[in-house]
Amino acid sequence: MHTFEFIRPTDSAAAIATAAQSKTAQQGADVRFMGGGTTLIDLMKLNVETPTRVLDINRLPLDKIEVMPDGGMKIGATARNSDLAYHTKVQRDYSVLSQAILQGASAQIRNMATVAGNLLQRTRCVYFRDTAMPCNKREPGTGCPAITGHNRTLAILGTSEHCIATNPSDMCIALAALEVTIHIQGPKGTRAVAFGDFHVLPSNRPERETVLEPGDLITHVTLPPPISGSKQFYLKLRDRASYEFALASAAVVLTISSSKITRARIALGGVGTKPWRSPEAEAALTGEPANDATFRQAAEAALRGAKPQSENRFKIELAKRCLTHALRLAAAS
Amino acid sequence: MSDDDLQSSPPDPTRRKFLLTTGTSVAASLAAAYVPALANSAAGESGSASAGAELNVEGAVPITLRINGKDHQLRIDPRTTLLDCIRETVALTGTKKGCDHGQCGACTVHVNGKRVLSCLNLALMHDGNEITTIEGLGTPEAMHPMQAAFLACDGYQCGYCTSGQIMSAVALLKEPCGPDDAAVKELMSGNICRCGAYANIVEAIQQVRKRA
Repeated sequence: MHTFEFIRPTDSAAAIATAAQSKTAQQGADVRFMGGGTTLIDLMKLNVETPTRVLDINRLPLDKIEVMPDGGMKIGATARNSDLAYHTKVQRDYSVLSQAILQGASAQIRNMATVAGNLLQRTRCVYFRDTAMPCNKREPGTGCPAITGHNRTLAILGTSEHCIATNPSDMCIALAALEVTIHIQGPKGTRAVAFGDFHVLPSNRPERETVLEPGDLITHVTLPPPISGSKQFYLKLRDRASYEFALASAAVVLTISSSKITRARIALGGVGTKPWRSPEAEAALTGEPANDATFRQAAEAALRGAKPQSENRFKIELAKRCLTHALRLAAAS
Repeated sequence: MSDDDLQSSPPDPTRRKFLLTTGTSVAASLAAAYVPALANSAAGESGSASAGAELNVEGAVPITLRINGKDHQLRIDPRTTLLDCIRETVALTGTKKGCDHGQCGACTVHVNGKRVLSCLNLALMHDGNEITTIEGLGTPEAMHPMQAAFLACDGYQCGYCTSGQIMSAVALLKEPCGPDDAAVKELMSGNICRCGAYANIVEAIQQVRKRA
């Protein structure tokens, strides 16, 4: 691990002012906020992340989980994953979020990992994590050995010729389906970003993963008021039954009235270069009868643009079956 | 070693005594040299008696770590993980380093009563926090019920993952966990046992939960 200065800022303004001196908020940042540390310390040990200054934001008042007057929720940036997943209102009104978090990582890691940290979780692509290998995400312009190499777990949606790294988050898949808003405080003031606009596709700049700029501090996430009567499910398929990243996952939020689907929000995990919301699947479901034929059509629509690599063609059918079954289970719930 | 020694069961089957009494002469002498030094450090009267406090390494910063109810005033390199600080600086070696990347659970400790992986935390993040390691749970004479249950159920083979397993298991007692074995297995999935003592580990945990 490279040396760094450890700083515990006294307030958000001080944290933002220091972080604003970083040349980037993306890969290669020389100033990093430290939340749970579960991704950042891991990558610092591998010398994938080499910040010269680390800002410990755990003592800032950003860890509250609050119910809003409109019935929605406000989740502080440093709220721990376990506190969020076990919150009674989250379990009741946003069960897809609770399910997704509890199927991610381990109990210890969920006690450490923060909400903002999970929004910024980094890929598990082995080439990204190995500094002996080229990687366009880690060192722009060096190439992507994953495309011709080991890519069984990598993405089939949203890829480019420069990067096929999978976004590994479970929590983010549920947040995509719940259409949350991310609140950011930066050097130029505060702003709110819709979840779908927060992560960016790798395109020809895979080192850039989000819209964050130097000094931008995620302060909280807001959940819209719950959709009354919505049926929610998170289904995760993986090589092991627990403590493993998704090969494919699906977050489903459905409203069904008289056996017809009146509203659908669908997101897929384990298959995209970012948390993968599927408007195609949502369109295929809305107004249609809630049955297996509709579910399969939605799954076909969701994966229509999939581009497999040498080792991960299986993910197309796996993701289709994952979404179909998640819809079936949600409808039956 | 004589046949008599082999046939008589050890009166107090601790790992340290086993090493000291039955190892080869080399191993025994090494262990003898190592163990008392650790014991002195861990049992020192002064909270600042740890080795790290004496070193003046460039870039080292002061910190007070509260471990098992005792304050340790230390100077550490900011890169020091909580795990390395506990093991190397404070010399409490019950907490184990397995993968050092958050994948095995051997380094599990409690921070403010919750289980965390000490390898993925910087020690500096824990100034003022209450840290509990396996040494703070019980003693060979007065074991925590979970330690006693692991012993009774044979919840280990090589023992390397055991302190992490027990720290996780103790934390699990206070977490939302369903009554059946499957729920226990799910919440213990972050602790890998390469010997495969899982069935006995689950049995030990369930034994303690049923008694509670």
